[in-house]
Amino acid sequence: MELFSFEFFQHYWWIINSLLAALLVFLLFVQGGQSMIFTLAKDEEEQRLIVNSMGRKWEFTFTTLVVFGGAFFASFPLFYSTSFGGAYWAWMALLFCFVIQAVSFEFRTRPNNFLGTKTFNTFLFINGSLAPFLLGVIVATLFTGGNFMVEKYNIINPDNLAISYWTNNLHGLEALLNYKNLLLGFAVLFLARTLGHLYIQNNIDHDILLMRSRVHLKVDAILFLLFFLPFVAVVFTAPGYYFDGSQFISKEFIYFNNIVSMPLILVLFLVGVVLVLIGMYFGIFSKSSKGIWWSGLGVILTVFSLFIVLGFNNTAYYFSLVDPQSSLCLANSSSSEYTLRTMSYVSLLVPFVIAYIVYAWRAINNKKLSSEEFNEDTHVY
Amino acid sequence: MEEINSSLVDWSRAQFALTAIYHWFFVPLTLGLAFILAFMESIYVKTGNPEWKKITKFWMTIFGINFAIGVATGIILEFEFGTNWSNYSWFVGDIFGTPLAIEGIMAFFLESTFIAVMFFGWNKVSKRFHLVSTWLVAFGANISALWILVANGWMQFPAGMYFNPDTVRNEMHNFWEVLFSPVAVHKFLHTITSGFTLASIFVVGVSAWFLLKKRERSFALKSILVASIFGLISSLYLAFTGDSSARYVAEKQPMKFAAMEGLYEGRTNAPLVAFGILGSKKIEEGKQHHDFLMKLEIPSMLSILAFQDAKAFVPGINDLVYGNEKYRVMSTSEKIVRGNLARETLKEFKEAKESGNTAHYDSIKTVFLSEHFQKNYFCYFGYSYFNKPEMVIPNVPTSFYSFHIMVFLGFYFIAFFVVALVLLYKDTLDKSRWFLRVALWAIPLPYIASQAGWILAEVGRQPWVIQDYMPTMAAVSRLSTTSVQITFFLFAILFTALLIAEIKILIRQIKIGPKEGGH
Ligand code: HDD
Ligand code: HEM
Ligand code: HEM
Repeated sequence: MELFSFEFFQHYWWIINSLLAALLVFLLFVQGGQSMIFTLAKDEEEQRLIVNSMGRKWEFTFTTLVVFGGAFFASFPLFYSTSFGGAYWAWMALLFCFVIQAVSFEFRTRPNNFLGTKTFNTFLFINGSLAPFLLGVIVATLFTGGNFMVEKYNIINPDNLAISYWTNNLHGLEALLNYKNLLLGFAVLFLARTLGHLYIQNNIDHDILLMRSRVHLKVDAILFLLFFLPFVAVVFTAPGYYFDGSQFISKEFIYFNNIVSMPLILVLFLVGVVLVLIGMYFGIFSKSSKGIWWSGLGVILTVFSLFIVLGFNNTAYYFSLVDPQSSLCLANSSSSEYTLRTMSYVSLLVPFVIAYIVYAWRAINNKKLSSEEFNEDTHVY
Repeated sequence: MEEINSSLVDWSRAQFALTAIYHWFFVPLTLGLAFILAFMESIYVKTGNPEWKKITKFWMTIFGINFAIGVATGIILEFEFGTNWSNYSWFVGDIFGTPLAIEGIMAFFLESTFIAVMFFGWNKVSKRFHLVSTWLVAFGANISALWILVANGWMQFPAGMYFNPDTVRNEMHNFWEVLFSPVAVHKFLHTITSGFTLASIFVVGVSAWFLLKKRERSFALKSILVASIFGLISSLYLAFTGDSSARYVAEKQPMKFAAMEGLYEGRTNAPLVAFGILGSKKIEEGKQHHDFLMKLEIPSMLSILAFQDAKAFVPGINDLVYGNEKYRVMSTSEKIVRGNLARETLKEFKEAKESGNTAHYDSIKTVFLSEHFQKNYFCYFGYSYFNKPEMVIPNVPTSFYSFHIMVFLGFYFIAFFVVALVLLYKDTLDKSRWFLRVALWAIPLPYIASQAGWILAEVGRQPWVIQDYMPTMAAVSRLSTTSVQITFFLFAILFTALLIAEIKILIRQIKIGPKEGGH
C-alpha cells in the first residue's frame, strides 16, 4: 500500500472507526452499571451512588456513539445507506434506547418530573441492558451478513429508485433469529456489566456495595466468557467474502486467515483477551480497584483487532446474504479520496481531544464518590 | 416519471420534521444560555461576589435540564439520514458526512467533556479552570451549530463538488468552498444569534416572574441586566444577518424567495409586503395564484432587499416556472429538458460501462467531468424527476407566513430589549409591572420565531432536499409506510412526554428559585 494513496486513507479511516468502536465498547461500562441499579443496589442510597457514578460519565459513551456514527457516515457512506436504511428496526431500537438515557439522569430525582423516578430508573435499566445487547447483535451481523442489495445506478431506475435496500420485511429483526448474533449480543451485555462492576469498584467508596459487586462480578464474568468464547470460535471458523479487484469471492476461514496473516493484530487480540482476564481476576479475587484499567485496555485491544480482521485484506466487512456482489468492502463503500484526505487532517486533532478528556476526567475523579458528596454543593442526579 | 410511493415520502418527511422541530425546541436555549452563563461566571470570578455565583448556578441548573433533552433528540436526527434518507446518504454523503464527522470530533466532545467539569467541578478544580470550562462549553455548543449549519447551508446551495458517474454520487473537490459558502456562513451567524436572542428573552422573562412575585429582587435585576445587554446586541445583529440571509435566498433560491413574499408575477421596483393576508389558491389560465385579501406594502423595498437596487427585477413564481425571456429567467421546462439530458447521458455511461466498451466509456466520462456539462446540464439533474413544471413550487402560504411572523417578531424583540434597558437605567423596572408581564409573556415568542425560521428554510426549499440535484422524493429509504408510521408515533409520544416532563421540571425548578449552595 503506497503511503497517502487512496487505499491508504481508506485503511486509515477504517482504523479510526475501529478505534472508536473499541472505545465505545469500553465505555459501555456506563450501561453495565445502569443495568444493575435494581439488583446490585439494595437500598436507595446504593442506587443513588451507582446512578451518580455512571451519570458523570454517560456523556462520554453517548458522544462516542454519535461520533462513531458521524465518522462512519463521512468515511463509508454506503454502509450508512445500506445498513441503517435496511436494518431499520435494529437501529431504531438501539436509538430509542439512547433517547431515553440522557434525560433519565437529569430528570429522575427532580421534583415534579411527570413520569416519576421509577420510570426514569426503568429507562436507565432498559438503556443499560438492551443497548449493549443490540449493539452486539448489530456488530455481529458484520460477520454474519445482511439481506441487502446495492445497485447505485438505481438512482435513474424508473422501477426502483433505492440504491440499496433490504430484501425482507423484517428490516433487521431477522438478526435476532441467528444464534451467532445472539452470542455476541449477550457477550457484549455481560462484558458491559463486568466493566460496570470494575468501574464501581474503582469509583465508589462504599464497602458493602464493593463486597457485593465482587460476588456479582463472578457471575457476569463467567457468563461473558460463556458467550464470548463460542462467538470467537464461530467467527474464526466462518467463511466470508473478499474482493479481488473485480468481484467478491467466497473464502473459508477468512477471518482466521486474516488474523494469522497479520501477526501484530493477532498479538493485540491475544494480549487484549489476557488483559480482560487479568482485570476480572483483580475485580473478583483481590482488593485492588484497578481492574477497570486492565480490562478496559484489554477490551479496547480486542475489539480493535476484531474490527481490523473484519475490514482489512479486501475482506467484505458487510456481506450480502442475497447477492454477494452487493457486499461492502473498504474499496467500494468509502468516500472519495479527497474527502478522506481532508478529514484526515481533522483527525490529527484526535490526540488533543483524548488529552483534554483524560485531563478533565482526572480532575473530576480525583476522589471516590461517597454519599457525603450528595450533601455538598454539587450537581446530583 | 417514476412510481414514487408518496405516502412513504410524506411520512418520512413528517418524521424528520417532527424530530427536527423537537430538537430545535431545546438547542437555541443551549446556544444562548451557555454564553450567558459564561458572562455571569466571569463577573463572579472578577468581583468575587458570591451572589453572582448563586446566579450562575441557578441558570446552570436550568441549562442542565434543557441540555439533556437537546442531546436526546439530536442523536435521532443524525442517524435518520441513514435510516430514512438512505439514497441521500450515498448521493451526497461524500460531502455532507464530513461536517457531521468534524462536528463530532471538534465540538461534541469539547462540549460534553467540559460540561462535566462545569457541573461537577465546583469544589474540585480551581475557579479559573472552572470558568474556562464554562466558556469552552459555550464555544463547543456553538461550534457544533457551525458544522451542522454548514451541512444544511450546503444543501440549500450545493458548492465545491462535482458528480462522479463511476460512483454515481457527488464528490467533494473543494472543502473551503463548502465551509465558506456564503449561504452557510450567514446561516450560521443568523442561527446562533437567534439562539442568543431566544436565551436572553428566556432569562429576562423568568426574572420578570420573580419580580412580579416580589422575590429575589437583586438576583432578577442582575440577570435581566446581563441578558438585556446581550439580547439587544444579538437581536440587532440578528436582523442584520436575517437581511443578508434573505439576500442569499434571493440569489440562490429565487423560488423560495418568491414564495416567502407571495410574489407570483415578477417585477421591477418590487414592493415588500410588510403585512398581508393571503386568499385561497386559484388557477388562472393554468397558472397558480394567490391573491392578497389585504396587504401593507413598502414600495421598492423587496428589490432593494434582494439586490440593493430599487429598479432590480425580482422574479415571481410564474416567471420561475414558465420562464421570462425579457429578464432571462430560465423556465422549469427547459431545466427539465436539461436534467433529462443529464439522466440520458448517465444511462448511456452505465451501458457503456457494463458492456465493457472502454472507448465509449472514456468519451462519456470526459463529457461528464467537463465543467461545461456539470454547470449547464448536470446541475439540473434533479429536474429529471419531474414531469410537470409546477411541481417545483413550494407551499406558498406556509413560506409567506413563517417569514413574516419571524421578521415581525425580530423587530419586536429589538424594541423589547431597548425598553428593558431604559427601565433598568431609570431604575423603575421592578415597578413597571406592565413590562414585567410583557416580559413573562414574551418567553414563547422567540420559540415561535425560531421554528418559523426553520419552517421557512425547509418548507420553502421543497421539493428539493439538495437544491436542483435531488428532490426529497428521490432521497427516501425503501421502507414500508407502516414502519415509518410506527416510528413516527413512537417518537411523537416519547418526545411529547419528555417535553412535558421538561416543562414541569423547569417550572418547578424556577419556583424553587436560586439557592445558596447546591441545586
Ligand atoms: C429568534 C428567532 C429569529 C428571528 C427573530 C429572526 N430569525 Fe430569521 N431565522 C431564524 C430565526 C430567527 C432561524 C431559526 O435561525 C433560521 C432558520 C434557518 C436558518 O438559517 O435560520 C432563520 C431563517 C431565516 C431566513 C431563511 C434562510 C434560508 O432559507 O436559508 C431568512 C430569509 C431570515 N431568517 C430572515 C430574517 C429576518 C429578515 C429577520 C428580521 C429581523 C429574522 N430572520 C428574524
Ligand atoms: C433544527 C432545526 C431544524 C428544523 C426545525 C427543521 C425543520 C424541518 C422541517 C419542518 C422539515 C420538513 C419539510 C417538509 O418536508 O416540508 C425538514 C426537513 C428536512 N431537513 Fe430540516 N430542520 C432543521 C434543521 C436541519 C438541518 C440542520 C439539516 C441538515 C443538516 C436539515 C435537513 C433536513 C432534511 C434532510 C430534511 C428532509 C427532507 C425534506 O423534507 O426536506 N434540517 N426540516
Ligand atoms: C439535522 C440536523 C441535526 C443533526 C443531525 C443534529 C445532531 C445532533 C446530535 C447527534 C446531538 C447530540 C450530541 C452529543 O452527544 O452531545 C446534538 C446536540 C446538539 N445540537 Fe444538533 N443536530 C442537528 C441540528 C442542529 C442545529 C440546526 C443546531 C444549531 C444551530 C444544533 C445544535 C446542537 C447543539 C448545541 C447540541 C448540544 C446539546 C443540546 O442540544 O442542548 N443541532 N445534535
